[in-house]
Parts: sequence; structure tokens; C-alpha cells
Amino acid sequence: MTDIAALESDNLARIDGAADLAALDEARVSILGKSGNVTLLARTLGSVSLEERKTLGPQINQMRDRLTARIEARKAELEAAELEARLIAERVDLSLPAPPRRRGGVHPTMQVMDEMIAVFADMGFGVAEGPDIETDFNNFTALNFPPKHPAREMHDTFFLPPDASGERKVLRTHTSPVQVRVMHRTNEKLPGWIASGQEPPIRIIVPGRTFRQDSDQTHTPMFHQIEGLVIDKGIHMGHLKWTLETFIARFFETDRVTTRFRPHHFPFTEPSAEMDVQCDRSGGEVKIGEGADWLEILGCGMVHPNVLRNCGLDPDVWQGFAFGCGVDRLGVLKYGMPDLRDMFAADVRWLAHYGFSAFAAPNSASGLS
Amino acid sequence: MKFTLSWLREHLDTAATVDQVVEAMTMAGLEVEHVDDPGARLADFSVARIVEAVQHPNADRLRVCQVETVDGRKEIVCGAPNARAGLTTIYAPIGACIPANGVVLEARPVRGVVSNGMLCSAAELQTAEESDGILELDGELAVGTPAAKALGLEEVIDFEVTPNRPDWLGVDGVARDLAAAGLGTLRIPAIAPVAGTFPCPVEIRLDDSGACPAFAGRLIRGVRNGPSPDWLQQKLQSIGLRPISALVDITNLITFDRARPLHVYDAGRLAGSWIEARLGREGESVEALDGKTYAAGPEICVIGDASGALGLGGVMGGASTGCSETTTDVFIESAWFDPIRIAQTGRTLGIASDAQYRFARGVDPESLLPGLELATRLILDICGGEPSEAILAGQAPARPAPFAFDRGYVEALSGLSLDRGRIDSILAALGFGLEGDLVAPPSWRRDVEGRADLVEEVARIAGYGALPSTPLPPAPQAPGGVLTVRQARMRTARRALAAAGYAEAVTWSFMKRETAERFGGGAPELVLSNPIAADLDCMRPSILPNLIEAAGRNARRGFPDAALFEIGPIYRGDQPGDQSAVIAAVLAPHAPRRWDGRTEDALFTLKGDLEALLAELSAPPLQTVQGASAPWWSPGRSARLQMGPKTVAVEFGEIHPAILKAMDVAEPVYGFEIHLDVLPEPRRRAVKTRPAFQPSPLMPLSRDFAFLLPEGVQAGDLVRPILAADKALITGARIFDVYQGGGVPEGFRSVAVEVQVQPQDRTLTDADIEALSARIVAAAEKATGARLRG
Repeated sequence: MTDIAALESDNLARIDGAADLAALDEARVSILGKSGNVTLLARTLGSVSLEERKTLGPQINQMRDRLTARIEARKAELEAAELEARLIAERVDLSLPAPPRRRGGVHPTMQVMDEMIAVFADMGFGVAEGPDIETDFNNFTALNFPPKHPAREMHDTFFLPPDASGERKVLRTHTSPVQVRVMHRTNEKLPGWIASGQEPPIRIIVPGRTFRQDSDQTHTPMFHQIEGLVIDKGIHMGHLKWTLETFIARFFETDRVTTRFRPHHFPFTEPSAEMDVQCDRSGGEVKIGEGADWLEILGCGMVHPNVLRNCGLDPDVWQGFAFGCGVDRLGVLKYGMPDLRDMFAADVRWLAHYGFSAFAAPNSASGLS
Repeated sequence: MKFTLSWLREHLDTAATVDQVVEAMTMAGLEVEHVDDPGARLADFSVARIVEAVQHPNADRLRVCQVETVDGRKEIVCGAPNARAGLTTIYAPIGACIPANGVVLEARPVRGVVSNGMLCSAAELQTAEESDGILELDGELAVGTPAAKALGLEEVIDFEVTPNRPDWLGVDGVARDLAAAGLGTLRIPAIAPVAGTFPCPVEIRLDDSGACPAFAGRLIRGVRNGPSPDWLQQKLQSIGLRPISALVDITNLITFDRARPLHVYDAGRLAGSWIEARLGREGESVEALDGKTYAAGPEICVIGDASGALGLGGVMGGASTGCSETTTDVFIESAWFDPIRIAQTGRTLGIASDAQYRFARGVDPESLLPGLELATRLILDICGGEPSEAILAGQAPARPAPFAFDRGYVEALSGLSLDRGRIDSILAALGFGLEGDLVAPPSWRRDVEGRADLVEEVARIAGYGALPSTPLPPAPQAPGGVLTVRQARMRTARRALAAAGYAEAVTWSFMKRETAERFGGGAPELVLSNPIAADLDCMRPSILPNLIEAAGRNARRGFPDAALFEIGPIYRGDQPGDQSAVIAAVLAPHAPRRWDGRTEDALFTLKGDLEALLAELSAPPLQTVQGASAPWWSPGRSARLQMGPKTVAVEFGEIHPAILKAMDVAEPVYGFEIHLDVLPEPRRRAVKTRPAFQPSPLMPLSRDFAFLLPEGVQAGDLVRPILAADKALITGARIFDVYQGGGVPEGFRSVAVEVQVQPQDRTLTDADIEALSARIVAAAEKATGARLRG
């Protein structure tokens, strides 16, 4: 009788020694195949005594089970090794570039507008709009610029040709004509996006394009303004001051910015003021929040009684304030572009340098910028 | 407007420094532009005395001087003929920068003798236009005295005068505001009238046009006109004015001192015995004092005599009657001109004289006779002569009428809590008359017309620094956000396109008319009368040209791959309704080459970006219409997305190569323009909950169909009828193959569509699927003429 233990140990050695799946299969056939040594051994059971069969039978069966399990285990091992070897061989050079993708961005002027809208929306301001091509009445006369007054000259107005009645449309020189459109009820049939005659109380801002015939490092013939208008009962300059101080602190995202109000003259506000922010100019560039210098950033004042009257509101009942500031200019101050004219040149390098991520939508939860 | 501290002190008793004056002006609304400080400019220069001056050994015209200076005794070579022992002059040390030429002094030998500094002329220090030799100063001056002090140079304050305050165009007006602001005591000496010794022989005539409603004048006989005295010359020079002659300098002095322009005529050169202010006549012209001849038609106020028009009233005098050294009889004009006409004349003729500037803004109508008397006094003092009686023709506008002023309005409008005493003292200091509740504005404050103006006066003098900071009353927050759907859509589009790889540009609203015409614009009512540049003269009919040009500019700089977008206005006419908002993008694809050999199909990249954007904007399903594009699109490679047969919501495709060539931009450029105002706005729903999510438990399946589509039919037209073949079961249909060639009959394309089917309540049997397929094929055939490919 063959030594079962010796046979098993010999078989195990062959299984473990199989270097690959083919060798393992060969070993399996020679052990468990039709004429494998274990199969042959089991066949000899027919010629032994019943006594012996009772002991040998289970021994052989158990051995076969163990060998089968060992073959499976070895097979799994070899398969894993083979996969690993193949994967190593099939290496992809991941230092190669992915298909090129363009990186877009949001223009800084539009980002700054969104920032300002976010700040004022928190203070309850809606957003009103008006057309870029305006009547002389809305741009000047209703805003208390007397016809032919020198104050009009200060605006360097762009004119369109006179129409049949001799009237010339203008490119609005400020966003203030939208004040008139917001307050003044007319029967004009207008598209829905254009502000028209709203009952007080009014609390709106007006972002938009504005135009003046001027071009140098700090002036462009087209620029952007945001106008603010609050009309209610009992609104005074203290409210104006608080609103603008709050705006400046939130916009520049610091409480280090010191501001001051200085008397000025605008035909459509009375009293009028300009707001300055403290800055440092010593290094040739303007730094906000430090230094001993002042930089004018916006004009404002209490809406002139004549403007209220021109818009059909009674100045004995309603009063309020208005302000207007340059969006591009505030962007320049916050983000440091050296030349305003570059804003509108659409140079892809400039846009990449000063642009903002699509996902940087300003809001009061994650901050403005 | 410029002035010096010493000039101010003639009208303001004050110990304030220049810095204090500037601060007080700024906070009272007088915006200081800058302060020119000659002390700083001439800091290196100081008084020195020549001890010895000997002939230079090697040069006839040079002297070698021993000079007592702030730095001790120095040997200095000097070429000035007046360099002599004992002369007190100005010394510049080595290292100083000469203002006139910017040269920095070095210790260099001059013809073999080292000069250790320089002795300076007035021209070199820029205190005079020209000079003859080095400065000759008072011998009493101590060596080392700073040059600015020795020369009596003062800081010059230059400030911006807002159009409402013509009274600030005189130093006395500035002084009045500063006195009110607490900087000192106002000192405006009374002007004593000068009695005339004979009736004025010149008659003043006015027409009834209102161009010159009032005109005062008088003759002074026997004057001697010549250079004005030093004090007057220096005063004018201190603010940058050039002295001319005593008579002219006196009028300039009063212009800047009292904001009261005057004019002096050489009476000997007046024709006839009268002078008149009237409107010009057709064909009339005036040779003005600046030597130029101006047309003086019926829009312009002229001063004339029997010979015709002499001068431009309130703007500039005439050359023919100007005063000169030979003038012996002078006629003084002190008039009031209509501000609007003067402003227009200035614009029409392009003249901005000191007189024009003041009359255009409004001169004090009560200053005619005082100004005349002041001029008379000065002329008599400086030039001598014998005055006639003063005469006045016409009547200047009356001062603004008094009106009631509730002092409580100060706090109501400004928030400043001030008692009545303080309010009234400010108003009184500014010259307002107070009587009970009535306030009477002074004659020089024609800008004050109501109570809000008075609040401004009180608030700015009390100081804006004292304004309270008062939170706005809480406003009801708009529950759905403050933006309109249109505004929110623009914001969405901006972020979506930026995320898709497009860089946002902001470009001019105007462009070259020729370009506008190429893109369907250029109507005459949209051409600017006064463009900033010839190539920016027309309102844009489309944003595309600006973006295409930008792509071209970037390419010329070496950056040809551009994906740009802009969201903004276009203009189809000059009415408010003609302005609309578009979302425009261009793609000039020059992406880097790829190592896997694949390339971008940029037209379909752009289409994909467009479709994704339209989905973000909740655009309704749009119909693709090809072959009807505007001429700036490439006809075969562009399309419109329409709502119905007429309404174009989007145009997209390839820009026509001829247009690109005309714009000097390389092919290809793809683009789209979405007409935002055309896309219907999705309704804002009050109820935010959405219908329940009910995924089908049954497996979806897909079936492929290959159609033979007649040529000329858009492949995309297959999709909609297939989707409509069974709206319950069919959830999607997408073209996955287009083939033309072997096996496909002439005149047809093979278009393969994968149809997604979602069984609803039961698994579909083979018979169901066959029936569905038959409906799909029938629908496709009916809509497009397609046949199932056998």
C-alpha cells in the first residue's frame, strides 16, 4: 500500500511548485485527473478488505479535498500574479497631457458688479435698469441740469444726430437717468426690463454702461456705474452716510478703510457730497486702508427737490438719497489693474490674469472675492 | 482758480497755515487740486553774497567769484555780466537741480577753473520768463536765506470751482466761506465811490436782446499807461498771470480778487460818441485781443461803436481799441452778460478767457458799480487822470427773492442737530439776509433757490464730519431674491460660459460704422455726432464683430486660440425698445496639437457649449433652421434656432470667410449670439416642491434604426417625430451614425438613430416592440420622407 502521507506531501509540493497556470493544470491532471495518482489510488480501494476500505476510504477522500482546495488557492494566487504582471506591462504614461481644455473666466468689471449687487441686495436694494441711449430730458433736464448750463459741459456727452424735431439723443453720461425712470410714471410703451414709475418707498441700485468723451489712463469713453436711490419718508444724510460706509467696508472686505464725506456740487442732489477713502499713494500705486492721503471714490447727496418734482413726487412728503460710483474704478482699486483702458481691450492674457473663476460667485456666505 | 495765502489774507484775517487753509477749503466744498510749493521746488537754493569777482584766466566772458554761501566760502565761475563784488544773489550748491533745464550741478572745471556751485538768474529758477544776468537782491538779506523766501515766492493753492459757485472765482468769495468755516475774520474793504469831475462823454446803448442787460462805464482822461507797479506785477505773477500794462493789470486784478471782469478801451480809438452792446450781425467779425479774427453773427453779443463791432462782449476785447502805452483816455466797461449766451459763445468760438469763464457761470449782478469804482480808484492811484461821472445803462437781474425757511428742515434733511442760533450764524456769515423765518440769498448766490440749498450751506459749514451714521430702516427682503429672471439669466450665462472655458470680455458699445454695416447695423440715427475716434462712431448691432476683432488682435500678438464671450446690449435703433441683451461667444480654435492624433471638431464643440447654456437658461425646445442665416454667417455651416417660423432666438455657426478677410482675422472663427429677450422666461413658481420621483422598476431598452434620408433633409429633423411616435414609451433618440457611399442609393444618406425606450407598467413583448418600431418608422417617414434601410 502506498504511503498516503508521502503521496500527499509529494502532491502538495508539486502544486506549490507550479510556476504558472499551465503547470498548475498539469499538476492537477497528474493528481486528480483520470489517471492521476490520487484517482489511481482511490481505484485500488476495490481490491482491499472491507476493514481496510473503511479506514483508507475517508483518508483518501479527505486528502483529495485538501489537494483540490490547495489547487484552487494556488490558482487564485497565480491568477493574481499574472494580472499584476500584465497590468505592470500595460503601463500608461500618465505624464502625457490630457486633451487641452480652455480655462474661462469672469471679467473683473462684471465680478465687481456682482459683488456690489450682493452687498446691496443684503441691504434690501433691488436692481433696476434703463437704456444706454437716453433723451436729453432724462439724462439732464429732469436731473436739474438747466438747458445750456455749464454743468452739462462737464459731462463730455456723446450725441446722436438730431431727429426730425431737432432733438438729439445722448449716450447716457451716468446711470442717474434711471432714477428718473424709476420714479417717473409715463405712458411710454417700454420693454419689461426698463424701469418705469414705481411708488415710493424705493430702494434700488442701477448697474450699467455709461459714456463720456474721454480717454486716458483713468478714463475710458465707456465705463460702468452703479447708481443707488433710496426714497422714503424721513430719509436723511445720516442714512446715506451709513449706507455708503457699510458698503465700503463690505466691498473692500475690511473694517480698516476710513472714509470721509466732503461737500461737492451735483445739479441733481442737494446737499451734495463726495466720499473719499483713506489711501497711501507714496509707492506710486494707490493702497486702500493705510496712509494719509484721500481718494475720491463716489458722488452722492440728497435727491434735489426739483428732481423729485420733475418725477411727480412731492418733496414735502418724500425725500431720499442717491449715489453713483464707477464700477471699473472700484475694481481697479480693489484688484490693482494699472490702466483702465485695458479693461475693454479683450486681451486674453489680461483676462486670464485679472479674471475670476466661474465658481467665485460673490455672496455673503463665502465672502465677496 | 489760484491764489496765495498773502492774497487771501487781504480778505481774511487769519493765522492759518496753507495746510489749514487747504483742509478748511476741502471740507467746505472747495476742492483743492494741488498746492504748488516753490519753497520745496527751490529748497536747495539760498541767498549768497559775492565777495570778490575777478576775470577768468582763460575766458573773456567768465568771472571767477569768491562767494559767501550757506556752505561757507565757495569759488564759483559765473558768466553773467552783472556778477560783481558785493552783489547779493542766489546760490545753487553742487547736486542742486536747476528748475529751468533739469541739469544737476557737478563740480566741474570750467575752462580750467573748478566751479563749486552756480549763481542763478530768475529764468533759471523759473520765476521769470527771461532775465538779463543773475538775480540782484536786497543787500540786507542774510546769507543762507532760502531762495523762495528771499524772492517772496509763496505757495499757490489751485482749486476746482464747481459751476454753482462763480463767487469762488474771486479771492474775496473764498475768504467769505473760510471765514464762515471759522478760519478767520472776513475783511472786504468798502469801496468808496469816486466823484466824477465831468459828465461821461461816451453814451452807452443796449439793444433789447437781453444779451447784455446792464452796462456801467466811465471815462478817465489823461492817464499814463505803462508797466504796473511791482506789487501788482508780483501779485499777478504769483498766480501765473503775465503782467501787460497797468490798465490791463488792474482789470485782471479785480477779475481774480472780486470775480468781477472788466474791460478797458482806449477811448481815443473809439469811433463816435457812443458804445453799444448788441447782438452781432450776419457777416460781422471781430479781431480780438488774441490776434485772431472771429465771426460774430447774430448768436453772439458784441460791443460796437460807430465803426461797427469792436469786441466780443463778456468774452474778449477787440484789438483795435485795446489799451497801449500811448493810451491817454480810457473808457472802463463793467457790464453783466447773459450767462447762457456767454457759455455758448465760448463753445462756438472756442474761447475760454477768464472773463468768459466768469460771465458764463454768472457774475454778481450787483457788482457793476462797485467794480467800476474800484477800478477807477486803482487807475487814478497808478495811472493818474481825471474821471468822468459813472453811468449805468440797463438793469442787472434782481437778486433772488427771500423765502421762508423752517430751520427744522436742517435736521430733517441732513440729520445734523443744530440749534437755530448756529444755523443763523452760518447763513449770516455767508451773506444771507435773515428776517424772521425769511432768508434772503445774497446777490452773488444765484444758485440758491430753495430750502435744500440752505441745508447744504449750513451742513457744509457745520462740517460733514459731524453727520450721524444712521442705519437704514429695515426693508422687507424680497423672498425670492432681488434679481429679475432676466438679470438672473445673464448671471447664470456668465458663470456657465466661464465654466465651459470661455473668457468674458467687455467691449465698446460702439464700433466702426463700416463694421456695423457688415453685421446688419449702421443706421444713420445710430452714428455718433462726436465719436471719440473715427473707428468708434456707430452703436453696435451685434457683439460678434467686437469679439471677432478681439480674436484677431490676440492672434496678432501670438495668442491665436481664443474663446471669448460677452453679455451685453446691442442697439437696433435709438428708442429704448431698440436696445436688447445678447449673449455672444466666439471660438477661434487653435488648440495645441494632441499626442493621440485626435483633433477638436470646434463647430460642434461650440454647438455643445451653446446647447448646454440654453439648457441652463431653461430655453424651450428650439427648431434648427439652416440656409436662412444672415450674410455674415457661412451659408452652409451656420443655422438659426427658432421658435416658430419667424422668431430667431439664436444664430450660430461659422463666420463667413469673406467677413473675416475684410476684418483681417484668420479662418475659422465660430460663434453664437443668443437673443436673450426673445427666449420666453420660465415662470417663477411660488410652490417650490417638485413632483414625486417615480423611477420605473422595469429595465429600459434601446433599439437602433437605420434610415435612408433624402438629401437636403436635416438629419436632426428625424429626432422630433421619433420622440413623438410614442410619448409614453420613448424617452430619447440620438443620431449615432451618418453614412453616404457604397450600399446607399444616390440622393440619400444613411442616418442611424438609437431610440431609448422605457417600459411603463409591464415588460414589453416582442409583439409590442414590433408595433412600436412600426410606429417609429412610420412617423419618421411621414415627417422626413425617410425609409428604413433594408
